[in-house]
Amino acid sequence: MFLNQFLFLAAILFCIGVYGVLTRKNGVLVLMSIELILNAVNINLVAFGSFNQDIAGQVFALFIIAVAAAEVGVGLAIVLLIYRNRRSIDVSEADLLQG
Amino acid sequence: MTTFLPLLATESPVAVPGIFEIVWIVPAIMAASFVAILLFSKRLSIPAHWIGIPAIMASFLFALAIAGNWIAYVGDVADSHDSGGEALAFVDGDPELAAASADDEHGKSIGVSCLTDDANHADDGHSDEESLAPAALGFVEEGEAPHVSPCPVVTQVTWFENGGSAASGGSDIQVGTMVDGQSVMLLVVVTFISMLVHIFSTDYVAGDRRYTHYFAFLSLFTASMLFFVLSSSTLQMIVGWELVGVCSFALIGHWWEDKPNSDAALKAFLTNRVGDIGLLIGMIILYFAAGRTFDIRAINEAAVTGAISQNTLMVAALCLLAAVMSKSGQFILHTWLPDAMAGPTPVSALIHAATMVVAGVYLIGRLYPVFYVGFDIEGSTINPLALVGGITCVGGGMLAFVQRDIKKVLAYSTVSQLGYMVLALGVGAYTAGMFHLFTHAIFKACLFLGAGSVSHACHHSFDMKADMGGLKQYMPKTFWTFVIASGALAGIPPLAGFWSKDEILVGAGVWPGTGGNGTYYLPFLFGMLTAAMTAAYMTRVIWLTFFGRYRGHAHPHESGNRITVPLIILAVGAVFAGFLNVPKVLPVLGSRIGLWFEEMVEPAGIATFPVIDHGKPSFSLAIVATLLALGAATLVYVYYKRLYAKDAMATDYTDSFVAKNRFIRAGHTLLVEKYYLDHLYTGTIAGSTKGWMAQAAYWFNQNVLDGFIDRVGSGTTATGRFIYKYIDQGAIDGAVNGSGLGASQSGEILRKVQSGRVRQYASLMFGAATVLAAVFIIAV
Repeated sequence: MFLNQFLFLAAILFCIGVYGVLTRKNGVLVLMSIELILNAVNINLVAFGSFNQDIAGQVFALFIIAVAAAEVGVGLAIVLLIYRNRRSIDVSEADLLQG
Repeated sequence: MTTFLPLLATESPVAVPGIFEIVWIVPAIMAASFVAILLFSKRLSIPAHWIGIPAIMASFLFALAIAGNWIAYVGDVADSHDSGGEALAFVDGDPELAAASADDEHGKSIGVSCLTDDANHADDGHSDEESLAPAALGFVEEGEAPHVSPCPVVTQVTWFENGGSAASGGSDIQVGTMVDGQSVMLLVVVTFISMLVHIFSTDYVAGDRRYTHYFAFLSLFTASMLFFVLSSSTLQMIVGWELVGVCSFALIGHWWEDKPNSDAALKAFLTNRVGDIGLLIGMIILYFAAGRTFDIRAINEAAVTGAISQNTLMVAALCLLAAVMSKSGQFILHTWLPDAMAGPTPVSALIHAATMVVAGVYLIGRLYPVFYVGFDIEGSTINPLALVGGITCVGGGMLAFVQRDIKKVLAYSTVSQLGYMVLALGVGAYTAGMFHLFTHAIFKACLFLGAGSVSHACHHSFDMKADMGGLKQYMPKTFWTFVIASGALAGIPPLAGFWSKDEILVGAGVWPGTGGNGTYYLPFLFGMLTAAMTAAYMTRVIWLTFFGRYRGHAHPHESGNRITVPLIILAVGAVFAGFLNVPKVLPVLGSRIGLWFEEMVEPAGIATFPVIDHGKPSFSLAIVATLLALGAATLVYVYYKRLYAKDAMATDYTDSFVAKNRFIRAGHTLLVEKYYLDHLYTGTIAGSTKGWMAQAAYWFNQNVLDGFIDRVGSGTTATGRFIYKYIDQGAIDGAVNGSGLGASQSGEILRKVQSGRVRQYASLMFGAATVLAAVFIIAV
């Protein structure tokens, strides 16, 4: 039916998200890219749920939205602290954990 | 001529009082008291006597209850034999036994076996039928009512199994309690004396630095002695015997900070070890001879019925005699007993006068058939037992004359009186010996506690010549109780010692018309001599302590109630205890309570005890012995009276013939040096052996032991070097270092991957996810 269209949309969103995560230096934009990936997954879940007449897909999408909200909260807090310490939110400069 | 009519007694059996099966509670109370004092007294700051005295009082009351039941039981059993007295042929017994007794050429019967009820008390399952008195055959002597004693009531449990019970051919080791006249008598004596000593001690050792320890050991000692007394097997007796030895060691050395005290404790312990070897060998001989059993009844019955040959019994009896000599202070192993006076005085009263030292006498009584048959006491004129007893009573009595220390006099007097008891048992006067044990425990405890009271008033000195004299006016209660007890010891009628001593002299069977077992001239002579000496040295003690003028530097005063009340109780006992066994021929008392003690204590008509003859009391003998004692006492009295008239502070004549005569001086020196026995033991025997033994031990040590140890040592060193060089350094250290090196090198490589850059991690993750997805797509 319409499943393929939704899956294409989700794949495109996912690829945009991955591209953003890998290329952006700005921490906030990296977080936004992660949101894109998560929403691509949400679209997939809802599409399969509707296709299989199963409510579970929508339930999982709701869970992911909630978890994504929490993740953004934590992520933004980390970005804020990095900014306070370094006056910069460039993730390529935050490499203190190197071995 | 006597005839013996067996009586059937099964018609009116007598139930055994249930209390006899729980007599183990009496020692158990004291053992619990020992543990409680050690655990709780200091921690909860409860004075030790608050635990010890209630415990000993409970034990005493229990012992009285047992004694009451025993008295009733003896009466019931005797009545049942009287009432069921229809004469019948041998019905219910062992036919061989019956035949043997009928054929006995002396016309004496062996009595009924006590082993038939062996299973009754062995286990917990005793029905009514089983707890009945054993069927007994009585034997009627013409013109005299038969007296049949109950069999010893034995309650046993199997300690460990060894091939089944004795009945089924195995030799299970059983432990338990044995209630008979002898054990009940000592049960009462031990708890009674121990109770008074506990009370006495609360004042006497008050403030001692080891007060708690002292009371704990009093409890343990009492428990051990009661355990020994109630033993039903020879194995248990050995255990109890050693336990009292250990407690004695601990209490003699109570003030061990002073070297002589700990030396005395060691001496007591080591001297007793000498005798213990005899005890062990004797018990082992009896174990095998009686058919692999430790059961006292079985051993006794085997001895009486002739199942063990007389030679075997004699060897066993000689071995046991060595044990008796060490524990009961018989010559020549008595030397520890006077030294044991280093302990606190109440301990001397309890252990070294009234209870522990009579363990040896008790042992003879317990295994009396072994001694009786083994030494052929019946009908001989001398035997080792009577000889040892005779020498001891004279030798100990003589030593008592030359002592300055009031406790040492009493100690030698104890040695002498223990000799009297052994002599009594040696001449076959069993009841007389046991009765003397009984009366002696009371008046000797009184004397020792009296000496303690005196020294309590004189700055804890025991030296009669330097620190005493004239104490009569200061301490009247102690004086009068001491005099009464001394009178009892000296055998002045009607005090306790008179009756028991008289019976022993009668038992020797020498005085015309006394009869008894055999005719023991020498022991009788020793006995008479001792009777005179006892009166004399006790007069000397009383004079030196209580008369004349006070020679010390303290301010003597009468002791407190906790000291005088036990003294008064014991003095009353010393007056009346003798009436428990007056001869039947005595007017007024004789017909009512004559020979009551004998009836209660001496077994008769049962096979665990030999049939012994009893001497007939003689008024003339009693009068002569009493006059002898009074004469000797008067002599000493006059001696000191005249001395005092000359010089109020004097204790010895300095210019008399005793001081001048060379031979008498030599004798005096011999006595002061205690027959040179201590020199013989430590100087000659130990001295002559320790030299070459030490050298031999040194050579053995240097050459054999050290050689061996050197080899072992150098071998160990070489092994150690090898292990260090190759195994430790090579293998183990190599592995450890190698693993460390590997870890650091791999880390060196891997740390480059850890860049810390988020985007690199993310790209790796997505790359990996893509590869994984590709794998899934291709594979699935």
